[in-house]
Amino acid sequence: MPGFVARRLLYLLPVLLAVSLMTFLIASLLPGDLAYVILGDQATPEKVEALRHDMGLDQPIWWRYLGWLGHVLEGDFGRSFRTGQTVLQAVAERLPVSFELMILAELIGLAIGVPLAIACAAKSGGALDRFMTSTAFGMLSVPTFLSAILLIYLFAVELRVLPATGYVPLAEDPSGNLRFFVLPALTLALAEWPGIMRVLRSDMIATLQEDYIALAKAKGLKPSRILFVHALKPSSLTLVTITGINIGRLIGGALIVETIFALPGIGRLLVGAIYTRDLIILQGVVLLVAAGFVLMNFIVDMLYAVLDPRIRHGHT
Amino acid sequence: MATLELAINEGIAAPPVQRARRLGPLFWMAIGWVALVFAVAILAPVLPMPSPTDMDMLERRAPFSPDHWLGTDGLGRDELARLIYGARISLVVGLCAPVIGLTIGGALGMLAGYFRGRFEALVVGSMDVLLAFPPLILALAVTAYLGQSILNLTLILGVLGIPAFMRVARASTLTLARREFVIAAEALGATHARILLRELLPNVMLPLLAFFLLGVAVTIVAEGALSFLGLGVPPPIASWGSMIGEGRESLDVAPRLAFIPAIAMFLTVLSFNLVGDTLRALTDPRQGAL
Amino acid sequence: MSGSALLSVEDVAVDLPTPRGNLRAVDHVDLSVGAGRTLGIVGESGCGKTMLSRAILQLLPKKARLSGRVMFDGQDLARCDASALRKLRARSLAVVFQDPMTSLNPVLTIGTQLIETLQAHLELDTASARKRSVELLAAVGIPAPEQRLSQYPHQLSGGMRQRVAIAIALSCEPKLLIADEPTTALDVTVQAQILDLLAREQRRRHMAMILITHDLGVVAGRTDEVAVMYAGRVVERAPTTALFKTMRMPYTEALLAAIPKLEAAPHTPLPAISGRPPDPTRPLHGCSFSPRCRYVDGRCRQEKPALSDAESPDHQYACFHPIRIAVGGVT
Repeated sequence: MPGFVARRLLYLLPVLLAVSLMTFLIASLLPGDLAYVILGDQATPEKVEALRHDMGLDQPIWWRYLGWLGHVLEGDFGRSFRTGQTVLQAVAERLPVSFELMILAELIGLAIGVPLAIACAAKSGGALDRFMTSTAFGMLSVPTFLSAILLIYLFAVELRVLPATGYVPLAEDPSGNLRFFVLPALTLALAEWPGIMRVLRSDMIATLQEDYIALAKAKGLKPSRILFVHALKPSSLTLVTITGINIGRLIGGALIVETIFALPGIGRLLVGAIYTRDLIILQGVVLLVAAGFVLMNFIVDMLYAVLDPRIRHGHT
Repeated sequence: MATLELAINEGIAAPPVQRARRLGPLFWMAIGWVALVFAVAILAPVLPMPSPTDMDMLERRAPFSPDHWLGTDGLGRDELARLIYGARISLVVGLCAPVIGLTIGGALGMLAGYFRGRFEALVVGSMDVLLAFPPLILALAVTAYLGQSILNLTLILGVLGIPAFMRVARASTLTLARREFVIAAEALGATHARILLRELLPNVMLPLLAFFLLGVAVTIVAEGALSFLGLGVPPPIASWGSMIGEGRESLDVAPRLAFIPAIAMFLTVLSFNLVGDTLRALTDPRQGAL
Repeated sequence: MSGSALLSVEDVAVDLPTPRGNLRAVDHVDLSVGAGRTLGIVGESGCGKTMLSRAILQLLPKKARLSGRVMFDGQDLARCDASALRKLRARSLAVVFQDPMTSLNPVLTIGTQLIETLQAHLELDTASARKRSVELLAAVGIPAPEQRLSQYPHQLSGGMRQRVAIAIALSCEPKLLIADEPTTALDVTVQAQILDLLAREQRRRHMAMILITHDLGVVAGRTDEVAVMYAGRVVERAPTTALFKTMRMPYTEALLAAIPKLEAAPHTPLPAISGRPPDPTRPLHGCSFSPRCRYVDGRCRQEKPALSDAESPDHQYACFHPIRIAVGGVT
C-alpha cells in the first residue's frame, strides 16, 4: 500500500509544477500592462516605469516565475493590489461558500441518482428503467443556466417561496443560509444526477450478470442483500470515481451558478479578478483551484484502493 | 460537461448492456430539427423578416402579432429574427470550435496511442495539466483579456476540447492497433505513416465523429453560458445565450423572452446529443472495424 | 430405477429467444437422482448440461422459458414462489460453479461470504457463525482457516478458492449438491484432490450429488449413474460401470476414445470427433449426432431416435444402431 501511494504522489508533483507554470504564463503573458491598470488615470510614463520596477515587472519572465513559485512554496501567494487582502485570506473567506454549494449539490445529486440507478438496474428493461433513462438523457441536454432560470421562475417569481439571490453565513443564520442555497444547489444537482444515475446503473447491470451474483442467489440470500451488498459494493468504485470527478469539476465550474445566484464564492472571486485585472488573485486562486482538482483525483485513486482490495494488493 | 464526459466515463464503467440499436423516430426527429436550424441559419439574410437589431421603443416586450410572430424583446427588437440570427452564432461557434479539438486532439491521440512510450506519457500528462484548469475560467480569462469576439470564443472553446478528443482517439487507437489488420500491414512492410493514415484513421474517425457531435452540443451550451453572463459574443450580436440572459430581467412580466430561446437551445442541444449518442453506440471500435 | 427419487427432472425443456430464432438449450430431458446417490452428466460444451443445471436450480436467465417439472422432495421447483424457493436454497439444494475466481465475490471477504450463508438460513449469531465457518474451512482441507476468514478470494490459489466454494455449498447441509464442472478451471494436479474432496463429503453427509463435466474420465469411479447429453438431449443413461462396459451410443464411444490413455504408445494420435455440434437454433430433423457418426445411415438422418430402454430398464439410449460389443473388445 505505501508503495502504491508513493507512486501516485510522484506523478502528482510534475503535474502540479506544470500547472503552476501554466497559470503564471497565462496571467503574465496576457496583454494589458498591469502597471497602467493600477495607476489608472494617474499614469505617466515615468510613474509606470517606476511602478513596474517596484513590482519587479521588468525582470525576465522566468525569473519572475521562480520568484513567485518560491513564495508560493513558502505559503505566500501574494497580496491583491486592489483589496490588500492576501490571496489566502480571500480564498479562506470564499471557500466555505463554494464548499457548501458543492457538497450540497453533490449530496442532492447522489440522493436522486443513486436510488434511481439501483431501482433501474434491479428491473432493467422495465417501464421505470426506460422512462428514467430517457429522462436522464433529456436532463443532460439542459444547460445549468437554463435550469437556474427555470427554477428561479418557478420558485422565486411564481411561487415566491425561495429567494433568487443572496447569502448569509451558516454560522449566523443556519436556516436562512440553507434557504439561500436551495435553488443554487438544486440547479447544480439537476445537472449531476443524470450522470450519476446512468453510470451507476450501467455498472450495476453489468455486475448483476456476474457469476458471483448467480451464486449469491443460489445461496438463497435475500434479494435486498444481493442488491445492496453483493452488487452495489463492486459497482461503488465507479460511483466514487464519478463523485470525485464531479466535485473536482465543481470546484471551479460552479461559477455560473454563483454568479446567477450572487453567492460570494470562489467562482465569483475569479470572475471579479479577471475584470479588475487583479492578476495576483487570479494567479493564486487558479493555482489553488487546479491543485485542488489534482488532489481530488488523487484522493479518488486512494479511495479506489480502499474499495477494491485487488488494487490494494497490486492485482488488477 | 454533460454527455461528453459521460461518454468518457462510460468507458470506465463496464460496457453497457448491448441493445439492438435501430434508428428510431426520435433519431430522425433530431436530424429534422438540426436540418431545420441549419436551413434557417443559412437562409437568414434572405428570409422576409425584420432586422434583429432594429429597435422599436414603442413596441417593447410586445406579445405575438402578425408583425412580430414571436413578439419583441426588451428593446423592441423582433424576437423571431433574433432567434434565427442567434442560431447562426450557436451553429458557427458550435461547429467550428470542436473542429479544432477534433483535428488537434484526434491527431495527438492517435499518435500517442500508436507510438506509446515517452511521447504518449508526455501527451497524456499535458492533457492532464490542461484538464486541471477550470475550463470556464480559462475561457473567461482569454476573452476578457484578448477581447470578446466570435473568433476568440471559438478558439478558446476549441482548445478546451482538445483533451477529450485526444482521449477518444487514443482509446480507439489502443484498441485497434493490436488488431490483425494492423499487424498484417506491418508485416507487409508498411511505414508508420501508411498504417496511421490508411488503416487506423478510417476506423478511429468513426467514434471521433460521433464524439464530435456530442462536442457540438457541449460547445453550444458553453457559448450559451458565457453569452448568458454577457461574457461570450459581444453585444449587440444576438445569441441564444445572451437572449436568455436578457430575458432574465423580464421573468416576472414576460417570461417568454427567456423561455423561447431556452427551448430552441434545449431542442438543438438535445438533437445533437441524440444523434451523437446513437452514432457513438453504432461505431464503438470494440465491435469491429472497416 | 429407485422408488421415490430425491430429484426428478420430468420432460424439462429450456428455450431461449435469440435474434437468430428460438434456441432450444434443453430438449425434453428426464432424469432422476436418489438420496445419497451421485449422477454424472457428461457432454461437450454447448450440449445443454449447464442450462439443465440452471433449470434445476431455477437460476435461468430472465429471457429463458422453462417447461416441464422439476420435482425436488415432492415439490415442483418451477412452480414454487420466490420465498419458498429461497428457503430451499443452501439448506436443501446447493451448487458449486466452474470458476471460483468469478463465482466468489471479489470485494467481500471469504468470511463474509461464508457467514452470510449461515446466517441467512440457520439462526446463528455472528460468533457461532464464525466458529462454524472455521470448522467448514478446516473440513475442506484449507490450512490456517481463521486467517482465511479475513482474506479475499484473489489472495488464494485456484484450488483453495474452489474449496471455499465447496465449503459455502456444504455449509447448510444440503440434500443435493450440484457441481457444475468443478475442476475444469483448475490445474490438473489439483483436480483429483477436489473431486476426492467432493466424494468424501458426499459419503460423509449422505448427500445426493450431480457431477457435471465434459470429461468421461471424471465420472468413472466417482458416480453411481451417468447420463450422456448431446445437443440438448440425454442420449444415453446407465449405471456407471454398465456405461463403460457396455456402452451403446456411438457418441459415448467416441467420447471415451478421445480420452488420452496411459498405456497407449507415445504420440498416438487422439481420435477426435470430427465436425461440430449442431446449431441449436437450427435443430436437425433426424438424429442430432448423424453428421458426425461413424455408423450413420438414411434412417438416422430422417428420424429422431427416442430414448429407449430396450434391453434393461437401467440402461437407456437413443440410437437406431447401438454398439453391441462390450468395450475392450474389437470394434
